[in-house]
Amino acid sequence: MDNKIGSLLKGPIIKKSMSETLLRYLVIILFTFTIFGLVLFIAGKNPIRAYADTFNSIFGSFYGFSELWVQMIPIMLTAVAVALPSKMNLINVGGEGQLFMGGWLATWAALTFQGLPKIIFIPVLMLFGFLGGALWAAIPGLLKAKKLVNETISTLLLNFIAPLIISLSVFGPWRSAESAAYPQTPAFVDAARLPVIPGTRIHLGFIFAVVALILFWFFMKYTKWGLEIRAIGGNPEAAERMGIRLQWYILIVLCIGGGIAGLAGMAEVTAIHGRLRIGLSQGYGYKGFLLSWITGGSPIGILLMAFVFAVITSVGDTLQITQGVPYAVINILFSLILFVVLAKPVLKGKKK
Amino acid sequence: MIGHSKSVNARKEDEPLFELRGITKAFPNVLANDHIDLNIWKGEIHALLGENGAGKSTLSKIIYGFNQLDSGEIRFLNKTVHFHSPQDARKLHIGMVFQNFTLIPAMTVIENIALFLPDLGIFLDRKQIIKKIDSLSKRFHLEVEPLAPVWQLSIGEQQKVEVLKLLLANVKLLILDEPTRVLAPHEIAGLFKVMRGLKEEGYAVIFITHKIKEVLECADRITVMRHGRVTGQLMRSEASEDKIIEMMFGKTKIKQVERIVKAGTTSSKPILEIKKASTKAQGFSVGLKDIDLKIFPGEIVGVAGVSGNGQKELGDLILGLLKCEEGHKFLFDKNATHWPIGRVRREGAAFIPENPLSMAAVPNMTSQENMAVNNTRKYSRRHGFFIDLDTALTDLKRSFENLGLTAPPFLSPIKTLSGGNIQRVIIARELAQSAELIVAFYPTKGLDVLSTTAVRQVLMRFRDSGCGIILISDDLEELFSMSDRLIVLYQGKIAGHFKPEETNMVDIGHLMTGVRGENG
Amino acid sequence: MIFIFLRGVFSSSLLTGTSLLYATLGEIIVERSGIVNLGLEGILLIGASTGFAITAATGSASLGLLVAALAGGVFNLLFGYLVVTRRANQLASGLTMMFLAFGVSALIGRPYVGAMIKGLQKIPVPVLTELPWVAGSTLFNYDILVYMVIPVAFFVWFLLFYTRWGLSLRAVGENPTAAFAAGRNPSFIQYQALFVGGLLGGIGGAHLSIALTLTWSELMTAGRGFIAIALVIFSKWHPLRAIVGALLFGAAEALQLQLQARGSGISPFILEMFPYVFTLLVLLIWGGARRMAAPASLGRVFHGTE
Repeated sequence: MDNKIGSLLKGPIIKKSMSETLLRYLVIILFTFTIFGLVLFIAGKNPIRAYADTFNSIFGSFYGFSELWVQMIPIMLTAVAVALPSKMNLINVGGEGQLFMGGWLATWAALTFQGLPKIIFIPVLMLFGFLGGALWAAIPGLLKAKKLVNETISTLLLNFIAPLIISLSVFGPWRSAESAAYPQTPAFVDAARLPVIPGTRIHLGFIFAVVALILFWFFMKYTKWGLEIRAIGGNPEAAERMGIRLQWYILIVLCIGGGIAGLAGMAEVTAIHGRLRIGLSQGYGYKGFLLSWITGGSPIGILLMAFVFAVITSVGDTLQITQGVPYAVINILFSLILFVVLAKPVLKGKKK
Repeated sequence: MIGHSKSVNARKEDEPLFELRGITKAFPNVLANDHIDLNIWKGEIHALLGENGAGKSTLSKIIYGFNQLDSGEIRFLNKTVHFHSPQDARKLHIGMVFQNFTLIPAMTVIENIALFLPDLGIFLDRKQIIKKIDSLSKRFHLEVEPLAPVWQLSIGEQQKVEVLKLLLANVKLLILDEPTRVLAPHEIAGLFKVMRGLKEEGYAVIFITHKIKEVLECADRITVMRHGRVTGQLMRSEASEDKIIEMMFGKTKIKQVERIVKAGTTSSKPILEIKKASTKAQGFSVGLKDIDLKIFPGEIVGVAGVSGNGQKELGDLILGLLKCEEGHKFLFDKNATHWPIGRVRREGAAFIPENPLSMAAVPNMTSQENMAVNNTRKYSRRHGFFIDLDTALTDLKRSFENLGLTAPPFLSPIKTLSGGNIQRVIIARELAQSAELIVAFYPTKGLDVLSTTAVRQVLMRFRDSGCGIILISDDLEELFSMSDRLIVLYQGKIAGHFKPEETNMVDIGHLMTGVRGENG
Repeated sequence: MIFIFLRGVFSSSLLTGTSLLYATLGEIIVERSGIVNLGLEGILLIGASTGFAITAATGSASLGLLVAALAGGVFNLLFGYLVVTRRANQLASGLTMMFLAFGVSALIGRPYVGAMIKGLQKIPVPVLTELPWVAGSTLFNYDILVYMVIPVAFFVWFLLFYTRWGLSLRAVGENPTAAFAAGRNPSFIQYQALFVGGLLGGIGGAHLSIALTLTWSELMTAGRGFIAIALVIFSKWHPLRAIVGALLFGAAEALQLQLQARGSGISPFILEMFPYVFTLLVLLIWGGARRMAAPASLGRVFHGTE
């Protein structure tokens, strides 16, 4: 009897079936969109029109549809940056800052190594992007490993410092002479630009993101390190007694997470903008955080939910343009979804 | 039951305050209380005596309403009462001082007492509370500095605060659960003074302990428990050490259990050698003092002692989790004083824990994964990119076969298994690898009879094949039947070192409970 | 010259320190009951936006202040639903509330961006403002919230250490089991703490918009909520020590503003980094040691260093 149940329960830690989970999330999303609609209505706006306009812009044109996929790229990467440490119960809110610093170091490389051919330049830039984010995450990593400062707060504080470093560089030594009015670096050479799908802005970063998700999935499920990380997350004392080195993992995992967010920054800088600007990120780091938490760090969940997030972002853009609603209100949608997930409600009479 | 003396139930002056009839309470693995009858009178110190696991704590928690009885009844002044929670017990003026105090270390004595005062006003009038404390503390020898934060107080003083809390809340029956476990000898004298003062003023005191000497010093009435039953009741006037020991430990015959005498000579190089090692005491843990210990290949060294006298610390010291403040440790002929636990395990030490789910297993992982993650070096393939879960499963299954244990589901999260099954998985896991040293920490606790025998046979087999085993256990029969040598831990020190054939359970019982062999 | 500079810094630090202190006091109450509220940044934004909106809409800064306080309290109750009733992870829940506040505050504030308000009235201290070395500066010419902040700190101190309510609250934060054994209801007490903490946080936020800057812009709090959280640790969860901490940080920020205003040659961006770096250093130096001073049952993960 026991063995039958045993084999039935084989599989991922979350024992619910795929369809049950999908249904659950669908209900949550519908619920939140309704609440949001209500909020808009109370604020004197027209939610129906907003949703309709968004639908039109997304599905009405090829370009509009493609923009969804563009939006997904950075947030999938920053979501992995949060999800990986979360498997060890580390809370990395620093995706924003790590993204900035990745973009910053990649910019330095782009401006410094200008003669390189594209086929070498891109990997070099990737390396520097990763390095920038990883080093930025090493600070909270060390502080946490040495039991000095909790990583949630240290990564948060560093988020405020990183954009200032960008500003410092962009207003100062890297400032482009051409566009005196608007602070930004000179445009990157073409060899430094990530290729895009013609007619859209979908760039190579999408491959980075998908690869990152696949690697993350593979890493956690099959590799020795993934197993050890899961052990630390499940029972740090038992893991320690088995000889797993906790401190080492804390530092490495945060650095890798930071590096992945750094890649997102590199992609933004080399694909979308082609230079370093102050407005590098639109809260991608934080969106990644919310994304990871909403999906429980599941790679497939991140992929699917990233699409929903991109739609929500579109709603925000639409609202801003057509009804003068501040873009920041989409935070309400994101946080409501996470709110409901955290509250772990009973759906449709099923047991929690 | 060994028997009640005739005078025990014959107090004609007054009715008992509380009567317990047929109290029975079972937990998943053990029958903690088995039809217990007990009377409690006012103005008496009633000692409840027994070894760990005898059921005394459970019984007292039932009296205090913390646990619910399965069957039986409690009568107060001849009326049946039901306790659904400590609140009910408190209404009848019953209070309990637990082994783990419900004090708040960061707050002062006044604040801790104020929290429990039934009639506290909106404003915290510290002066008024001090007055209340003063009047009681002088009467009952419970002097403490009211303004001191509790963490600054010695354990003995903290205990006084716990008692004051109860008295100020109008408690008339005080239950003290192993109050002397954490006290220094001179503090114990102070406690007895307090208990006597209370008794003289008509309070009833239930004094739970395993220390015979103390019972003889202060109790009026003695109830002895063993394996969940009352094995004897005496008044102090009729009690003697030997009578009590017999009630606590049973007949003094040494059980004849099969012990395979070792063939061949013992190798002269010890697998483990600890020289004059001491560790720091932290919080509730005990500091080890001057430990000298050698374990040779092909022997089982049993460690006897009442839980809380340094066993966990000794295990952690050997494994490398606890640092030697002084002294040295040698493992497999190398200086292992500073080895981290990973190294100790890799070099050939296995660890069988007491509480597997919290100490050795990752709850959400399956048994298969728990097996693999314990030795990722062995099961990693392609430089770490794959974990050979299949081989891990095979090894785990084989280990189970070798041990003769019934295999539970291997592919469900280990936390879904019963406690006994989890233990089996851990034992199978630990003994699957080639180990030269086994630290076994209450390995058969909570196991059914079949598994217990199987585990013991396995340990014997490992011993015969040249393994060195340190067996920490609270089961004296187990220790006597399996150990080649026996040591007794008492308050962090080795209180005695014997071969089982040279001693008997009674003498060991003495050492464990501090009757003989104590320094002062 | 240097005197005017110092005077400016001092006065400035009182002004900027005020909202920080209200926020810190609120968070001390909440953390003393065992809950970490990383969403404090959000409470400040709610207070700032609501306060500004009501003030601009009705012309009454007092009403704006009142509504801001209440809004903060209610918002924190929502947070309480997650962490007290649903027992969700405190750190994640706090951040969720913060993001929610980003959006809600933007929505509330948007119609009033650029509005001119009169703000909280400045009340000059009679004799002191006429002193020669005071006249012409902002010294001793503050709004009511600045004058009240230190008395409020003392009030919080009294509340926590000299009333039954405070004792119960602290007990819940140290050892909920003991509090429960003593007949208290830990969940209810935590909700109360959250409400009061939210009131104070709302006031702190409102001070920024209706007294200090007389503007509203999205995310104007710029991380003050997290600085307040670090201040709670720095002041060892004690309201009176928080005064010192808030003044210190206020001074740091004031120094930075003055240096910026006077064209010190140091890049404004480096100056802006200062509060965050300072906060990190504070946590680094004192966070570990202070861990012992934290309420024993604070959060379940967060002790400043875990």
